[in-house]
Amino acid sequence: MNPSAELTDNGGAKPRALPLLSFGKSGFADKFFQKLTAFFAFLILFLAFLTALTLWQASAPTFHKMGWNFLTSSDWDPINGIFGSVPFVYGTIVSSMVALFIAVPFGLGISLFLTELAPMKMRDPVAFLVEILAAIPSVVYGLWGIFLLAPFMRVHVDPVLEALGGALRLPFFKGPSTGLSLFTAGVILSIMILPTITAISREVFEAVPNTYRESARALGATSWETILLSVLKPSRVGLLGAIMLALGRALGETMAVTMVIGNTPQVSINLLAPAHSMASVIANEFSEAVSDLHISALAEIGLLLMVITLVLNIVAHLLVWATAAKFQK
Amino acid sequence: MIDELAEKDKKKEKKKVENQEHRGEARKIEVAHHENEGEQHSLKMKAEGVCAWFGTKQALYDVNMAIYEKDVTAIIGPSGCGKSTLIRCFNRMHETVPGSRFAGDIFLEKDSIFDPRMDPVVVRRRVGMVFQKPTPFPTLSIYDNVAIGLRLNGMRDKKVLDEVVEKSLRKAALWEEVKDSLQKAGGALSGGQQQRLCIARALAIELEVLLMDEPCSALDPISTTKIEELIHELRQNYTIIIVTHNMQQAARVSQRTAFMLNGKLIEYDATEKMFTNPENKLTEDYITGRFG
Repeated sequence: MNPSAELTDNGGAKPRALPLLSFGKSGFADKFFQKLTAFFAFLILFLAFLTALTLWQASAPTFHKMGWNFLTSSDWDPINGIFGSVPFVYGTIVSSMVALFIAVPFGLGISLFLTELAPMKMRDPVAFLVEILAAIPSVVYGLWGIFLLAPFMRVHVDPVLEALGGALRLPFFKGPSTGLSLFTAGVILSIMILPTITAISREVFEAVPNTYRESARALGATSWETILLSVLKPSRVGLLGAIMLALGRALGETMAVTMVIGNTPQVSINLLAPAHSMASVIANEFSEAVSDLHISALAEIGLLLMVITLVLNIVAHLLVWATAAKFQK
Repeated sequence: MIDELAEKDKKKEKKKVENQEHRGEARKIEVAHHENEGEQHSLKMKAEGVCAWFGTKQALYDVNMAIYEKDVTAIIGPSGCGKSTLIRCFNRMHETVPGSRFAGDIFLEKDSIFDPRMDPVVVRRRVGMVFQKPTPFPTLSIYDNVAIGLRLNGMRDKKVLDEVVEKSLRKAALWEEVKDSLQKAGGALSGGQQQRLCIARALAIELEVLLMDEPCSALDPISTTKIEELIHELRQNYTIIIVTHNMQQAARVSQRTAFMLNGKLIEYDATEKMFTNPENKLTEDYITGRFG
């Protein structure tokens, strides 16, 4: 709306200065506010698009040289200018999966305890302590990982896993282990995503109406049956969301993983072997990359990481929507 | 001990019936006549000196009450009088509220349900409950909602389950409406149907006493009528305790009525007597609408 229109519509009185944000009948302020917020919203999309575009442009040289081989090759040889992303994608995904495998049961256990079983006085303090884990900077986790977790894994945990793997003829755990491995990275990631899973699933559980618990109780359900029937089952969708958010965090985590994963670009089914991740290789090699091609390859890794995270999040949201829609029918 | 009390109550009941013959005609609320009026049932449950607390707040003060088999016992009273708390003591649901405390004793036939050897899970399987808001499990189908009680008891036989589901839904007067959509989600039914589904769910386990905590307060008048008709049907086989804030409903469905105020049981007698010739002034005031 034209602001001057309001000025003339003043009953012939002396024109007064228009306030910057007029809340008069013109609705100018409303419209302005709507446009402003829309601008903010689209700014985010625009920035994401710009990031992708920049990465796309920066990765053009590698794409030109390697083509789709970049996605299928396992060789990473900056000296000879050969770049394949498979070891990094593999390391990122596998370490994140290990993290989920460990953190999901722990996180759900913690939040079930806190919402269903713990004494009232204990609930909030413990929840606070778990959630404060999220506030620790990841480089601190990394330091802790190098100085404490990795040696501990090498001496105490990995030999047990090796023995187990040998006994069950599993290819996942083979020695000798240095403590710097996919598995150690997964363990440290699991600690880092634990607060996410706990906090969100706790909210999901608390959102379950108490009447469900009471009905289960009144049917003669035991504590465990009550939880299963009236808490876990109705909150499947929300839990999926919690897990996906945690996975998103694990996929993008850089520092802590870099410090314990061993930084060796290889694809091995052995979880005790050192590996590499997408975020780690960018952080490690970017400052040392001298050739344009190398920098370009790192940019393409970045683009790939962005795409993978994006696709995963989209799939997660679709899953959540689909399941939620199913419930409403 | 219980038998003694039952004996006493029997005498009282006889006297009451005599009294009723001499009573004045002015009826305040129409009370339904029941075919077995005057017939005395055996004692099913008995509350003795029941006190209950939430934290430091006492909700029940020394409630003594006898529940007779195959009777509908209504508990009425204004909001916050402790009627819901009392009914929740009858199947030990009260203790599931954090910070709650209980004193006194409640018997189910000969057994104290608060006996340390008595498992609350077992108590709740014999004394079932229907809540104010219909609470079918949202993720389960209609069939599973009814079968869940049996499944919790370890029943896996599909034939038995099918049979019990149909029987329970029939008993809850819901079978005809849902028999073609048993696999639909329980939450897809209307409010009244959901409440009958909850009743069917409670009936599917071999329960003896059905507790109903304001089962109609969230329902429309037609659904309410259906539930009330259902209560009449169910009385053939079950003992029912119903909490209601609707006095007409209490008068329509029950044989005995208890009036509670501020956590105390003020008066407990045959429904007809309660609504026509109450002994306590407070009861009369409440029933005639002077407060509450």
